[in-house]
Amino acid sequence: MIGIEHYLTVAATLFVIGIFGLFLNRKNVIVLLMSIELMLLSVNINFVAFSSFLGDLVGQVFTLFVLTVAAAEAAIGLAILVCFFRNRGTIAVEDVNVMKG
Amino acid sequence: MLQADLTIILPEIILSIYAMLALVAAVYTGKDKAAPMLVWITSALFVVLAVWIGMNGEGSTEAFGGMFIEDAFSRFGKVTILLSAAAVLVMSQDYMHRRGLLRFEYPLLVALAVVGMMVMVSSGDLMTLYMGLELQSLSLYVIASLRRESAKSTEAGLKYFVLGALSSGLLLYGASLVYGFSGTTLFAGIIEAAQGDYLPLGMLFGLVFMASGFAFKVSAVPFHMWTPDVYEGAPTPITAFFATAPKVAAMGLFARVMHDAFGGMVGDWQQIVALLAVLSMFLGAIAAIGQRDIKRLMAYSSIAHMGYALMGLAAGTAFGVQAMLVYMAIYVTMNIGTFAFILSMEKDGQPVTSIDSLNLLARAEPGKALAMLVLLFSLAGVPPLVGFFGKFYVLRAAYDAGLVWLAVAGVVASVIGAFYYLRIVYFMYFGEESEGLDGGKSAMLSGFLMASAAIMLIGIVNLFGIETPAAMAAAQLVN
Repeated sequence: MIGIEHYLTVAATLFVIGIFGLFLNRKNVIVLLMSIELMLLSVNINFVAFSSFLGDLVGQVFTLFVLTVAAAEAAIGLAILVCFFRNRGTIAVEDVNVMKG
Repeated sequence: MLQADLTIILPEIILSIYAMLALVAAVYTGKDKAAPMLVWITSALFVVLAVWIGMNGEGSTEAFGGMFIEDAFSRFGKVTILLSAAAVLVMSQDYMHRRGLLRFEYPLLVALAVVGMMVMVSSGDLMTLYMGLELQSLSLYVIASLRRESAKSTEAGLKYFVLGALSSGLLLYGASLVYGFSGTTLFAGIIEAAQGDYLPLGMLFGLVFMASGFAFKVSAVPFHMWTPDVYEGAPTPITAFFATAPKVAAMGLFARVMHDAFGGMVGDWQQIVALLAVLSMFLGAIAAIGQRDIKRLMAYSSIAHMGYALMGLAAGTAFGVQAMLVYMAIYVTMNIGTFAFILSMEKDGQPVTSIDSLNLLARAEPGKALAMLVLLFSLAGVPPLVGFFGKFYVLRAAYDAGLVWLAVAGVVASVIGAFYYLRIVYFMYFGEESEGLDGGKSAMLSGFLMASAAIMLIGIVNLFGIETPAAMAAAQLVN
């Protein structure tokens, strides 16, 4: 029998993979965008699982908002990335280093 | 019913419809030629809305079944946000125009960000919170990289985007846990579920995740990494905007969620907020010492100031929230003046941000140097300037709430922090001979600088009566 715990475990695993993708990734910025997307989608799994478990539709409504915002976020991220690429000619994470912080 | 709901969110509706119509109109007519006019119209609209919200509302009303709350707290936040955004827009006009940065999107993106901030401070539901926060953040990502042809500006935008999206993800994961363990997304429902001694572990996890998301947005340590880079890379007027209105909105949202949704578990979040506060104050004070770029320095300064504001929130009392609001209002006023000064720093028509260029400014421009001296003393919290009263307020709130160690740490950090503010004063008055600044004769910027410095002096009398509305706001939030 698959219960709510299983869904939450999957979501938590995906979320952690997303965070690790952000921090351990040394290759390129597109992977960062994919990691961000993975985090948001794992949250959606959480919401839908809770929504079905509680018999409450609000969680699924929230999921729709999250999906919409994730699309807008990806669009803006890619737009900024294109500008960055035009200036620097690279999208490697280790080249995002004009300013040291 | 719907009519009443719409009346409550009328200011937000007006502002967003204006932004969308103006966007379309500008595309079809003058494009960037319309930009100066749009800047004026947008800031005029901000001021009108601020006056309207400030004069009109009374009591506390809810719209859309409690998803949107209109009370004294949200009004205080909205008036501060609108006025500071208007001031920054007007200030930035000349600087951006001369550097070919004044695109018509700029005032409109600021307007949309302001709509997001207004929704943030009056959110009464996790969904409203998320939508407001994202509207604000997405607009800010874009304006951080407004100077498209500059490597620094696009890098600032990219860094801000990646870390901002990470923080939204953390916040959202927390929100999903809170929803799952309380069964509702309404703050009014969450506070009922989050009462008592026994709380489910999921609820606590949700609280921690949400608190880290907010800490990111207010740039509190250990989630501050983006601040110096974004402040340095973004064009200066946009840095000025980042340092003012979004900070007020994020702090307002932080207080709103902690008191409205988690008001039953003050003991649990008090430790988190106190830790964020003490780390921010010390890191902000110590890391700024080595900075030679005034924009980076202001970034660390704002981290330290957020630490003090969080100290008020950490008190967990109505007086603490009042202290936080007063502190934020004072902080915004000081920062507008300081950034007016930074915007006027230029040499041969090029903007300069190095601290060394301020050597012996007092000889060339005594009036400007004196105003900056007042502002820097106020930022450092030297009595009897207004900045001191802000610090005094939050220290007293922490002391009254039994967080004596936090108050002592605040005093120590403020002494350390005074060093780098006073060093700028030293450069201006007793520095070495060097090629100083020229130009920067904008009457507008000098006006803002002088006005801000004058407020720091005249405000000593009664803080312009800001305490009463702040107390009302705090009383309505914490009940």
